[in-house]
Amino acid sequence: MIEKTAAELSQALSSGELSSTELTQSYLDRISKHNRKLNAFITICEESALEQAKAADEKRATGDKSPLLGIPLAHKDIFCTKGVITSCGSHMLENFVAPYDATVVEKFKTAGAVMLGKTNMDEFAMGSSNETSFFGPVKNPWDLKRVPGGSSGGSAAAVAADLCVMATGTDTGGSIRQPAAFCGITGLKPSYGRVSRWGMIAFASSLDQAGTLSKSAEDAALMTNVMAGIDSKDSTSIDRPAEDYTATLNDSLDGLRIGIPKQHFAEGLSAKVEQAVREALKEYEKLGANITEVDLPNNHLSVSAYYVVAPAEASANLSRYDGVRYGHRCENPIDLEDMYKRTRSEGFGDEVKRRILIGTYALSAGYYDAYYKKAQKIRRLIKNDFIKAFEQVDVIVGPTSPHTAFGLGSKTDPVAMYLEDIYTIAVNLAGLPGISIPAGFANGLPIGMHIIGKDFGEGKLLNVAHQFQQQTDWHKRKPNFEPED
Amino acid sequence: MALDKSEVEKIAQLARLHISEADADEVASRITDILALIDQMQSINTETIEPMAHPLDVTQRLRVDTATEKDRRNELQTLAPAAQDGLYLVPKVIE
Amino acid sequence: MEWESVIGLEVHVSLSTKSKLFSGSASAFGAEPNTQANIFDLALPGTLPVFNAEALRMAVRFGLAIGAEIGKQSVFDRKNYFYPDLPKGYQITQLDFPTVGKGSLSVTLEDGTEKVIGVTRAHIEENAGKSLHEEFNEFSGIDLNRAGEPLLEIVSEPEITNAKEAVAYLKKLHSIVRYLDISDAIMAQGSMRCDVNVSIRPKNTTELGTRTEIKNINSFRFVEKAIYSEIRRQQEVIEDGGKIIQETRRYDSNKDITTPMRSKEVANDYRYFPEPDLLPIVIDDEYIAEIRAELPELPDAKKERFSKEYSLSNYDAGVLTATREMAEYFEEVAKGCGDPKLAANWVTGDLSALLNKNDLDISDSSIQAERLGNLLSRILDNTISGRIAKMVFETMIDDNDSVDSIIAKKGLKQVTDSGAIEKLVDEVIANNPDQVQQLKEGKDQVIGFLVGQAMRLSQGKANPGQVNQLLREKIMS
Repeated sequence: MIEKTAAELSQALSSGELSSTELTQSYLDRISKHNRKLNAFITICEESALEQAKAADEKRATGDKSPLLGIPLAHKDIFCTKGVITSCGSHMLENFVAPYDATVVEKFKTAGAVMLGKTNMDEFAMGSSNETSFFGPVKNPWDLKRVPGGSSGGSAAAVAADLCVMATGTDTGGSIRQPAAFCGITGLKPSYGRVSRWGMIAFASSLDQAGTLSKSAEDAALMTNVMAGIDSKDSTSIDRPAEDYTATLNDSLDGLRIGIPKQHFAEGLSAKVEQAVREALKEYEKLGANITEVDLPNNHLSVSAYYVVAPAEASANLSRYDGVRYGHRCENPIDLEDMYKRTRSEGFGDEVKRRILIGTYALSAGYYDAYYKKAQKIRRLIKNDFIKAFEQVDVIVGPTSPHTAFGLGSKTDPVAMYLEDIYTIAVNLAGLPGISIPAGFANGLPIGMHIIGKDFGEGKLLNVAHQFQQQTDWHKRKPNFEPED
Repeated sequence: MALDKSEVEKIAQLARLHISEADADEVASRITDILALIDQMQSINTETIEPMAHPLDVTQRLRVDTATEKDRRNELQTLAPAAQDGLYLVPKVIE
Repeated sequence: MEWESVIGLEVHVSLSTKSKLFSGSASAFGAEPNTQANIFDLALPGTLPVFNAEALRMAVRFGLAIGAEIGKQSVFDRKNYFYPDLPKGYQITQLDFPTVGKGSLSVTLEDGTEKVIGVTRAHIEENAGKSLHEEFNEFSGIDLNRAGEPLLEIVSEPEITNAKEAVAYLKKLHSIVRYLDISDAIMAQGSMRCDVNVSIRPKNTTELGTRTEIKNINSFRFVEKAIYSEIRRQQEVIEDGGKIIQETRRYDSNKDITTPMRSKEVANDYRYFPEPDLLPIVIDDEYIAEIRAELPELPDAKKERFSKEYSLSNYDAGVLTATREMAEYFEEVAKGCGDPKLAANWVTGDLSALLNKNDLDISDSSIQAERLGNLLSRILDNTISGRIAKMVFETMIDDNDSVDSIIAKKGLKQVTDSGAIEKLVDEVIANNPDQVQQLKEGKDQVIGFLVGQAMRLSQGKANPGQVNQLLREKIMS
């Protein structure tokens, strides 16, 4: 049963053939058996998970039919969880017990979901491989010598390896979609502003968005139903009426206009990935979709602009880690300056420090216009490209990543690592929703297909993804990482 | 744009990061590489383009002025590396 | 060489909202350390700002009061620097698009002339916490109660030419924000703080000299003294062939000198950029009109009305409208007794002297406006004389009894009974034959002496008018 989707398990729980307590215990057993190998979880909440499961069972008994009631999930360790360590993958917050719940966490609590634990991640979400975590890299369940992608690599690996039913993630430049692609699961980044950022530790405030890692588009819809909505505590959360994302899953795709950006099928894309995506497009044609080429002429500048905007915002967002009110403080500082510098140099890893330095540089006197302002202008051009493309098409489809999961330790050059996100980053800069769904395999490794929607078009994205999953079973394939018994 | 060691030191000071003498060259060269990537932006003219600070084209909501938070000092100060008599302690501040 | 100085003021006013600028923490003065510092104020990871509607309303109120342009779209920015009293490592402020743009206010100079001083802008920003250095040997203690409280930073044009003008400007600002009820503006408590930019240049030249900034001056008097002292210092430096360094200084009131502050950063580079956690604040005309309609009568308008409606001198009208409390007090007294002129004399005279002597604000006066009004009414209805009224006034300071009870209990009621007055007059005539003779011979000024004698005999209680009249009747007939 651990391999089932939330939608399936919800029915099983509802019919009484299964209890949340049993289900939760199965996942806890599986976590304790496999987490050492995968390193997907940083914190496991055995006791509280079982309590929550028991409470969910009691609620079920009273006739509560909330879809996620009693469903075990994991939260990326970027979400503050009251009373539970919230480390953000960093030594800086290694012992930080959050005194409050993120809105996302609170909403899943209210929905009755069971929190199994907190998943590993790139430090402060800065990475595309999960190798920057203070708690060590996560292993890809499809090949333990490969990365799961990042920064939500722990969540992606945990879902792929059936260590939980579903998990939350965050996506600043591809941090949900790329690990979903590498791990062969479904990963949705909603539109900027759709999900509250309150309690989600900030990396780059104008790009960060919480989303879902799940076994199907239908599960992503169930999760988004819970997560989406205005939050008075987040000024950037959008006041839009609640939608039922499951209601449109089965809409017909007949006449759907799919745009194929030529820039996403250009140099650097692996032939096998391209082939898989083109095969997938044929499925859509069978469903009645029309496919046309679209132009995103400024896409090649998205990585450049991103590596100004994101580090600039991060450099300020991470100034609060100063050893005064919480978190790491160096031993015996000789004075204030020494406290700041040693605390921050010890508490942050190399990639985080690198990005703080880039961001500080980009904002510093004399460089603001050439870097930060320029990047904001490029951002506008990128957004305009999408607006124009969406005049002709309903969704844009391409590969999530240029290739499949790469080997642990194989990318030491930061620039090469940054270019991993060449197809996903523009979506964050423009604030659009994007989803990655499994679309095939190359050498036994999953390939992700990327679908980009219009502003607040996550309903359409989920519909398009779900219909594909009705025709294919890529998303049902399971990794075999368990050694022969 | 190439960054030299002294510039790295200046930025590190602004960011309150300590970069050891041994690492400074390595850090400078990594950042120089990244700046080369970033500088691809300079290839196009954006003179007439309005900067976009935010993906949302909406305006700020306002909060009603009421004190909703309760005193949680004792609980919150358990998180602090050093606190005494209700105050957070830091090495002496010299103005 | 003759020098002239160019002075600009940056005044921080604490807005008296109930909660902080971006969080629901209380913002009361004087709470136990860190009891008003909650998760956002402590910059806990994941917390976000939400803007206080009242802070915006107050800023717009101020803007309208000084005739300023109101920013239809204002934007918050982050100002980055490290300091233990700044939890986020950046201050949320407004750089390029402040809520309040260019405006001006007029001040009355010592010679009675009016001068208009420009306000460059006023922007909304967060306050920082406090570092306490005394209690712990090698440590400082950080109290973040104040962190995140709303401030309005009001920046003047460099149009102030001397210390007295600076103080007049500051007092006017103080008066306006208190009239508007947007701040207590108590300098001693830090709810109004002043940074002064000073530079000097040879008289009648136009190029600005290098300026220094004197930070955090906490009284009107020290602002004046600090400016004098800094101008003196700059002149000495330049006349000794030195150069003024652009730097931040502090005023040491004990030694009456300014000294350089240890610079916060080797070179300040605040790396401002738009605050991504907040969106642009958009204000429409309707909102502005609504606030404009709620504006109270402001000091200048009130002054004009007082001088017209109550026929007061420009000076008296100015003194009486300097603070809203003073103006309200005066109007209550004037209404109570029905004679604004008499009320003005008493409020600017005896009452002000009493308050000054005891260093009290008018709102702390033990003689409330209603009681002073009653007292003046008793002069006007001839119950007591002006002289007796001063005695009653003295008694009222410590005696909370009603004016009438005090007069009765001390037996100070004026004698108006004609029989009693006749007896007094007869006695005076009998005792002062020489003066009576002189009056008869036409030396009219002697009447004053005779009235005085009668008043003395009555211990001040006789009605002087009646005495005067009766004396003349008896002597001249």
